[in-house]
Amino acid sequence: MLKLFFSNQLYLVLTQALVAALAAMVVVMLARKRGIHLESETLVAMLRGIIQITAVGSILLLLLRAPRWTSALLLAGMIVAAGATSARRAKGMPGAFRVSAWSIAFGSGSVIALMTWLGVIDTAITSLVPVGSMLITNAMNTNGLALNRFRSDVLAHVGEIETALALGAEAKNSVSPYVQASFEASLIPAIDSIRSLGIVWIPGLMAGMLLSGARPVYAAIYQFVVLAMIFAASGLTSLVSTLLIRDGIFTTAQQLSLQPGR
Amino acid sequence: MSSSADRVNSIQELVDIPVNVSVTSDPILRTEHLSRVVKEKVLVEDATFEVRTGEVLAIVGPSGSGKSSLLRLLNRLDEPTSGTVYVEGIDYRQIAPRELRRKLGLVNQRPYLFPGTVEQNLRFGPLQRGETLSQDAIERLLSRVGLKGYAGRNVANLSGGEAQRVSVARTLANSPLVLLLDEPTSALDETSKREVESAIQRIVREQGLTCILVTHDTAQAARLAERALVLEAGRVLRHGPISEVLHA
Repeated sequence: MLKLFFSNQLYLVLTQALVAALAAMVVVMLARKRGIHLESETLVAMLRGIIQITAVGSILLLLLRAPRWTSALLLAGMIVAAGATSARRAKGMPGAFRVSAWSIAFGSGSVIALMTWLGVIDTAITSLVPVGSMLITNAMNTNGLALNRFRSDVLAHVGEIETALALGAEAKNSVSPYVQASFEASLIPAIDSIRSLGIVWIPGLMAGMLLSGARPVYAAIYQFVVLAMIFAASGLTSLVSTLLIRDGIFTTAQQLSLQPGR
Repeated sequence: MSSSADRVNSIQELVDIPVNVSVTSDPILRTEHLSRVVKEKVLVEDATFEVRTGEVLAIVGPSGSGKSSLLRLLNRLDEPTSGTVYVEGIDYRQIAPRELRRKLGLVNQRPYLFPGTVEQNLRFGPLQRGETLSQDAIERLLSRVGLKGYAGRNVANLSGGEAQRVSVARTLANSPLVLLLDEPTSALDETSKREVESAIQRIVREQGLTCILVTHDTAQAARLAERALVLEAGRVLRHGPISEVLHA
């Protein structure tokens, strides 16, 4: 319907963005009525999101003519930003940023490098950067979920963990059930994405490929390829981050430093 | 290096009851100016005292006086900000934390049993060192806390008093030099409290185990301990024979 009112493409896109943002704010207002206050966080996140994605869109336009090595630089920058974002989900955990950045770098970096070397991801910037960013974003989300779950589980089971320590258990053994639970929980979205592919969800990449004229079967298979890569990158990230953060919550004298109220 | 059969035998010997070990003048544990301050809040301040082999020392004081904080320092679950502890004359910072915690066995206010059977809980400590408790040793430990025949029971089906006694037996399975008891009966009803108390008395009397008992209940301290240490705001207020300290 909006197309009836706007012939100019720019105005049309801006109005579409505004309408989508208004829909999100309606939900925020409904939440407010139930005493859940998300107003400022959502508003800031949406403003940041639109500014960031517009900036990246403009940069990508410039990068079409840039040398290929610049994509490595861009992806490295994304990994650092992803590390900082997901570290916020691990408030009070020592070394959360360092753990997040290294885990995302290892998880998504190794999958991107391997798949690019094998030719699954094209080396052109227009392909490598968007696909790479999908892997990094999902690794970031998985890492955030893993750290958040681990933190909650440890804080809820301080008594059990310290009992195991007091009985002579190694620090890493005292939290092993929570490491495992965090790893499993963090991968639920990635597993569900693959499971529901095509039935519940037709991802943007596939829709984009179809719109640009690709054959549906090729678009579908490549979408599966991307989701499998996302799973691999997310799984590796979560595996590394839960192991690294596990060691970070104990002192050298095997004392639990992550405690409620400390 | 000892074989696993030797290690199993050594556990059997340790859980066998050496009857009526008398109190000696040698301190098995000595603290020296032990303090812990967190975010400018003093939890324990300049605590200096000693515990002799075979004695029961009660640490008493009102809620928030630093009793449990002091016990956590002894087990090195927390790090002192100054001072130290000597175990058999050795600065405890020179003892590997896992070995130290085996030597100074801690029983918490809440039992925190691991999911599974009573037997699995009792095996937990020795398993951390690659040792296996025999069925006989398990039965002996359980009979010492008045729970003979409970080995196969699921811990989810135990009463509060039974769970606490399993927790005591689980710590004893590590053959500690000193048993640290942190308000072991405070969360229990009167009947369960008596059961746990009598289990502690039996262990102390029969095994001659050195105990440090943290309690806010001075009557309980008088029933179980020979000496007491009164804490107030993290400081040792009085320290000496139970009758003198509690009636001062």
